[in-house]
Amino acid sequence: MAGDLKDGLIVIVGASLAGLRAAEALREEGFTGSLTVVGDEPHAPYDRPPLSKQVLLGQATADTLELPMRRDPDAEWRLGVRATGVDLLAKRVLLADGDSLPYDRLLIATGTRARPWPNPEEGALDGVFTLRTREDGAGLAERLAARPERVLVIGGGFTGSEIASACRELGLAVTVAERGPAPLVGALGGTLSKLAAVMQRNHGVDLRTGVTVTALNGNGAFTGAQLSDGSRVEADVCVVALGAIRNVEWLAESGLAAGPRGIACDAGCRAFTMYGIVTDDVFVAGDVSRFPHPLFGYQMLSLEHWGNAVEQAAVAAHNMVNPGPLQRPHLALPVFWSTQFGLNIKSVGVPTYSDHVVIAQGSLEARRLAMVYGYQGRVTAAVTVDMAKALDYYRHLIETAAPFPPPPGAQDRAIAADIAIPSAVPDPSVLSHGPTVALTGHLPDRRLTVV
Amino acid sequence: MDSATLLARITDYASRPNPYPLYAELREAGPVVPQADGSYLIGTYHHIAALLHDPRMSADPRTRGEMTHKPPFLRLDDPEHHRLRTLAMRPFGPPHSPGRVDGMRGEIDRITEALLEPFEAGHQVDIVDDFAYPLPVTVICRLLGVPHEDEPLFRAWSDAIVAAADVRPDDESAEPDKGGDQARMELGGYLLNLAEQRRGKPGEDMLSAFVNEPDPALRLTPEELAETAVLLLIAGHETTVNLIANGALTFLRQPEQLDRLRREPELLPRAVEELLRYEPPVHMRERIPHADMDIAGTPVPRGVPVILALASGNRDPQRFPDPDRFDPARQDNQHLGFGSGIHACYGGPLARLEAYAALGALLPHLATASLVQDPPPYRQNAMLRGPRHLPVRL
Repeated sequence: MAGDLKDGLIVIVGASLAGLRAAEALREEGFTGSLTVVGDEPHAPYDRPPLSKQVLLGQATADTLELPMRRDPDAEWRLGVRATGVDLLAKRVLLADGDSLPYDRLLIATGTRARPWPNPEEGALDGVFTLRTREDGAGLAERLAARPERVLVIGGGFTGSEIASACRELGLAVTVAERGPAPLVGALGGTLSKLAAVMQRNHGVDLRTGVTVTALNGNGAFTGAQLSDGSRVEADVCVVALGAIRNVEWLAESGLAAGPRGIACDAGCRAFTMYGIVTDDVFVAGDVSRFPHPLFGYQMLSLEHWGNAVEQAAVAAHNMVNPGPLQRPHLALPVFWSTQFGLNIKSVGVPTYSDHVVIAQGSLEARRLAMVYGYQGRVTAAVTVDMAKALDYYRHLIETAAPFPPPPGAQDRAIAADIAIPSAVPDPSVLSHGPTVALTGHLPDRRLTVV
Repeated sequence: MDSATLLARITDYASRPNPYPLYAELREAGPVVPQADGSYLIGTYHHIAALLHDPRMSADPRTRGEMTHKPPFLRLDDPEHHRLRTLAMRPFGPPHSPGRVDGMRGEIDRITEALLEPFEAGHQVDIVDDFAYPLPVTVICRLLGVPHEDEPLFRAWSDAIVAAADVRPDDESAEPDKGGDQARMELGGYLLNLAEQRRGKPGEDMLSAFVNEPDPALRLTPEELAETAVLLLIAGHETTVNLIANGALTFLRQPEQLDRLRREPELLPRAVEELLRYEPPVHMRERIPHADMDIAGTPVPRGVPVILALASGNRDPQRFPDPDRFDPARQDNQHLGFGSGIHACYGGPLARLEAYAALGALLPHLATASLVQDPPPYRQNAMLRGPRHLPVRL
């Protein structure tokens, strides 16, 4: 049986980071069968984090971001063609060009796309952008290089904040409109979001919080926007940074447990059907997945993290070509980073899975600190600002479910290290963008309507 | 034997050629092994790695009550450590000087070539005195801006400082070593004087960069400049010499690996990582808990020395399969050769470049060479372990 698993037909739907890493890992694991990778973008897999940083600053161009291959995955690449469905019984992936691909095992790694502006006519105005693809990055970079009078960024999540940071670095006037009380509040909670707000304002960002954008104005070209507080922002470029939508629509008729939070899978990356029954030939990895994590109460997690795509792809690939007893769980701790306004922000664990925080090292005043998050008396996350080397220690505390707050004695210990304050993680519905880590509960999104 | 004497036995000069069986005994007795002098010795990889990242572990000798002046950043804790290391990094590495180390490739190659010129078949050479020592000294002198002619002068100071900083079990009969402090002051004064000469007329060197920093917030005080320059000069030439000499020795002892590296020179960077694991230049570091701690079930009081045997962690079978085998193609080799955490080796990128250049150029000479003496005579130092001489017949 084990021999058979190393052979046969494997189809990967999704040709970005998770899809590529899974393809490489399948060959590393000794898979010798036929491998096909389907991607709706016409490009070879490329790296997205630089699109909101180096590309906007002109330090890299969007067409130079191709991901290096760790080995040739010896795959057939079906690029520029969208998958439109999957027939679980016939074991075939249906493609937009009418073709269909038979598989023995399938990996779904379709990721996410940028949430568009809800009014399509306004969203189509010249000068209105979202940022997810190479084309988005190239187009926005070109527009910023032409030195617009003002840029409006809608949404103060990580992507919106990084874009605002790039604009300021380029010397461009920028307004950020955020529905919540401060930028990054959805990912980092109350205290660090206040630091983020101060950093934005200190760097000259016109930050508007507690407001929504009610309309984009323009006749053909974007000229400005109406805000819910009655004010108006004149700008010639608008970036809609309202979070991401998971690419699951193509699975609507498949019978898989696919919903707005992603495709539910078990710790071994095996997809659930809508009845909550685990499949053994359909696997999920990357942003589109939704998986249980033992360190966070077996809540189903949806992550939009580069590192998770890499780790989960490796586990999925391993499990696709190994029999049950040799399969591995995906237990990697969530990790992400951001650079903005001259600060390096790194996170380990799930900051939204918290009730209290302490500043364990450094201080807000020094703009250099380690914030530790706790939930019901144990450490569940840590975020460092310009203190990345401290992160490994807190990772260890999370992995060992250490008591919160962390023990005394740290060098550079904050004066307030014993004063736990509420983490103030808001309900995602008060944000203008989704959090990049979502706790999605134990239940599948979809109720059993099709029986 | 009694595990409480392990540190004494490891630091005993007789153990210098092969301390590895003692490290195995240490891991067996561990993970936390109390020593007769009141210190604690740790030799297991995962415990060392965790403690190197633990913010409760101080690197500052003043934490155990030692009355001393403010040490260089190697032995300071955050936030002071961070401030000084960041300032010292400005003329050396990213983000302010990203091309600095890489830009030295050509120069390192030229120095290497010049040193190897007299290496002719039939001659007997000392790999340490004729090659492994002069190379990093020349490089660090150029980088800092120290005249190479002064080498005999600062070598004496450096020897005294390094001897004083060695890890030794407490010997109550001995006077506290004041020779190190004296040498440190003299070397600091010498370097400060060199820096002062460059005030207003900067060269490309780091002393010039330090003394001519226009922003007062980013300027080192004279004391800080002296301490930092002493640290960089010593670290720059007391460690890489071991890496190169240990490399040559390892290759000569394992001709089949030497042949393989000659056939597959692209393996050299990985072979250097393996050397940093298998025969690291730095064997031990001291840390002191800021608070009473529980380390793997052993209570360790605050203020007491905890010796982390990095070289033992590098041979821990719990972390590295077949750890006593030198495998230049080893995968997953996150060794402790450069430490880890906030004190991770500042000069690591430079040491790697020097080792690639030195060992790469030495390989053809070693192919037909033989060791004159095995084991070679070792330096006294247990912490910075390496051969004092490595006589080889070409």
